[in-house]
Amino acid sequence: MKVYTFKQAALDEWVKSWLSTHKVYRAAAKKGETCGAHAGWTEMTDFSLPPTGPAKSSVKTFYFPQPETMATYSAKKEDPDGLLMENQDTPAEKQVVFGVRPCDGRSVELNNLPYVDDPFYQANRERTILVGFSCAEQKATCFCTKTGGSPYGTEGLDIALSLVGDAFLVEIITDKGAELVGNGADLTEASESEIAELARLRQGVEENPGHDEILKAKEMTALHEAPFWDKVAESCLNCGACTFLCPTCYCFDIQDEVVRGQGKRIRYWDSCMFPLYTLHTTGHNPRGKKVQRVRNRFMHKLKYFPDRFGPLSCVGCGRCIQECPVNIDIREVLTDLLVVE
Amino acid sequence: MPTINEKITEEIRAKAKKLLESKEIAAFLGFCQGSLPMTTRPFVARSPEEADKLIWNSFCVLNPTNYLPELLKSLEPPRGPRNPAPEGPLPKAAVLATGCWSRNIAIQIKENQLDRDRVIIVGIASRGMVDQRKIRARFPNQEIMNVAEQDHKLLVSGQNFKKEINRWDMVRGNCLTCLHPDPVMLDVRIGAAGQERKNDTPFQQVDEIENKSTDERWQWFQDEFASCIRCYACRNACPLCYCDTCFVDDSKPQWVGKSIDPVDTRLFHILRAYHCAGRCTDCGACESVCPMDINMRILTKKLSKDVLALYGSEAGLDPEAPLPLSTYKTDDPQDFILSESGAAKEGV
Amino acid sequence: MISYLPYPVRIDDITVETEDGNLKTFKLVLENENDRQAWSHVPGQFAMLSLAGKGEIPIGIASSPTEEGHLLFTVNRAGVVTTALHQMHVGDRMGVRGPLGNGFPLNSDLKGKNIVIIAGGFAFTTLRATLLYLLANRSDYGKITVIYGARTPGMLLYQDELKEWAERDDLDLHVTIDRESEGWDGLVGFVPTIAGEVAPSPENSAALICGPPIMIKFTMPPLEKIGWTDDQVYLSLENRMKCGVGLCGRCNVGPFYVCNDGPVLTRAQVLKLPLEY
Repeated sequence: MKVYTFKQAALDEWVKSWLSTHKVYRAAAKKGETCGAHAGWTEMTDFSLPPTGPAKSSVKTFYFPQPETMATYSAKKEDPDGLLMENQDTPAEKQVVFGVRPCDGRSVELNNLPYVDDPFYQANRERTILVGFSCAEQKATCFCTKTGGSPYGTEGLDIALSLVGDAFLVEIITDKGAELVGNGADLTEASESEIAELARLRQGVEENPGHDEILKAKEMTALHEAPFWDKVAESCLNCGACTFLCPTCYCFDIQDEVVRGQGKRIRYWDSCMFPLYTLHTTGHNPRGKKVQRVRNRFMHKLKYFPDRFGPLSCVGCGRCIQECPVNIDIREVLTDLLVVE
Repeated sequence: MPTINEKITEEIRAKAKKLLESKEIAAFLGFCQGSLPMTTRPFVARSPEEADKLIWNSFCVLNPTNYLPELLKSLEPPRGPRNPAPEGPLPKAAVLATGCWSRNIAIQIKENQLDRDRVIIVGIASRGMVDQRKIRARFPNQEIMNVAEQDHKLLVSGQNFKKEINRWDMVRGNCLTCLHPDPVMLDVRIGAAGQERKNDTPFQQVDEIENKSTDERWQWFQDEFASCIRCYACRNACPLCYCDTCFVDDSKPQWVGKSIDPVDTRLFHILRAYHCAGRCTDCGACESVCPMDINMRILTKKLSKDVLALYGSEAGLDPEAPLPLSTYKTDDPQDFILSESGAAKEGV
Repeated sequence: MISYLPYPVRIDDITVETEDGNLKTFKLVLENENDRQAWSHVPGQFAMLSLAGKGEIPIGIASSPTEEGHLLFTVNRAGVVTTALHQMHVGDRMGVRGPLGNGFPLNSDLKGKNIVIIAGGFAFTTLRATLLYLLANRSDYGKITVIYGARTPGMLLYQDELKEWAERDDLDLHVTIDRESEGWDGLVGFVPTIAGEVAPSPENSAALICGPPIMIKFTMPPLEKIGWTDDQVYLSLENRMKCGVGLCGRCNVGPFYVCNDGPVLTRAQVLKLPLEY
């Protein structure tokens, strides 16, 4: 792994050099500044430092776009091959997402565990380069270290930038990341002392408390039947804000849409908070009560997912805490679960 | 010296305790402290001990009426769908109510969603709730760790800053133009009675958009709703939205696409607003809960303006009055009915 | 890689199964030779029936892998997709995505055992597939008992086959209807009652039960009374599904994904799961 050092002006030049070969995105700074397909993100033309903490919208939109066309077909009656599904080629255009926080980078790896055989997710991974930024400062809602992450983490990132002194240290983590290095720019390798300082910052991070292992060791039924769920659910509005803003919520619905004889089978984000999500055709709903739906979301993230894949399905970005209309706080739920016997 | 809100908090707790201790109510619906600065949580106290968690401050932005019918239902003894209601009075709940919230209670009673006899309305004159987004916008790129309230000031502090700001400057748009801060109906009053307010331009935001050209208006509408993620927080926070199945959730037939296609998103917002016409009290919960900061309240505010102009009615203001859009009068304006020539028909 | 593309199929035949017309069996033929070669399923698995413009619906595969050349799906008309499917004709084209799910462990845990099939209403479909498979591999299994019930004689599925099976002496068939009905000279009574009367000893046996939840609930006590245990009883769960491959969420019963981990599991496993089905 190469580590380079940049002063801000040089970094600006480097970022600009990507624009000729890649579509480059950054988090939108204000409402309305959005690029259509990826709500909360906008196309970048100049270097700018990302704001503290994670962007309002997570990077999952680049891997799991909303909506994603899974198949196309002609829905014209006279068409002899009508109604036959064809594969939708995923776009091949290369894209860079700039200013990604380590929590979001990690979410791409976590989602990759279930999505390892999903053709669309994998194709999008292939064409997307994540340029991350370490977090020198945290927000009141940040808790990545409690979930196994780190403000200096590099999981899922292709390039990681960290501010060390007055220079940006640039770590090239993957081959995809190295593609951008070839794009001109005057690269100066970082000095040993700079690299040592970065390592010091990285080591200074709170140790992983291993909450995944603690929860895996607990009985599913005990966690599921814990008495605190009613209190958590009481104020819940059952909206989808948490699930849609969450970088590791990956549930979807599939629908057919026909417009002027052209049919598409699309998938789009769905939410386990919605009653419709589980409703049977008969009218029976296995999770018909609010408390069942709220519990399912947290149990999936903190128990079912770790039992199946290892880590928690939560990167501690704190978006759900910040934006929950009724201030349901996953940190409190985690704390409650950790003490269940 | 305790602040106004601290005194109200004390009174709420004392009242809740008394009502719960005497078993006059089974639950007290209000707010408790949130885990972040500038947040509260809707909260149900079910015991005198829990009453101590109740709070009152400038960040009680949710409308508790939204929870009331479901809460009352949960207090009833469990029974099968075909079993008759048990004999004798059902358990009661007390609920906090400001001007707009009390009007929502009135509307729920009118619409048969609520049994007046089972609700004890604890009225508070609203001093306007504060918009945390306005405060955050005042301190861009600074992490706010605490907001302490005085009666007319807010003391905002973070890691390296501390600043006093004027509370009224941070009050939500709906509260700024509110004319009726005092509850229209109540059983118990907490704090001092409120004054009716005067405002020469209560629909200023709507007027501004109405004054735009058609193209500009369309652009405004497109831009305002572009970032909607269809989380339905606005709908779910609204005490008017209580349908068993919302039109956006229907699958047989499916009225609206479920993705974030702009056409579907706009349709949702327009229809949602129209369903609230003549019923919306401008409580602002929809706007306060939106994670994407969309000002969808302007749509309902526009309809409030129209209903006031057409029917001289403000939703729920007179608890006895029939709701304008579910009542027929022979002299109702009907210029929306077109004649064969295409011109709007005159009178009856 | 997962493919979300359905295989193109042609409707070869449609049978109206029940007197109310709400259940039809669709005989589907895979159109492409490659797909026919690739297709391989075990009884108890399901597939997504795909109607372009309408969507997909998970339906248990009613044909046995031993029936070559076609697939059978018996479909109750209920929602958007099944209603559209019921309006289709022989010769129409549609799609099938699958097979999905685990199926009954006929070649592992169940091999060499006495098998009791207990079915109620239109949940008989994957058990029909199972029964045909057992009969085609008759020597691999012990005694076979089938208990099948419906509300009325006209609501029984696969009536021609029921008559054939009744003739066989390597199979113990008990068909019952809920109430007396004119012209019916067979068993009358609910499935649980009949199961209590005719179920064999649990020794070296397994029961495969599919039916409405209430039937399953009341079938257990008579079985338990004669010594059956929960790990000998195989059930098949149903939940709303979209992807069928364990990604879209929704079908989970606690940690158990009905589409991928199921739909078949033992009652012992079910009892450890939360009541989310």
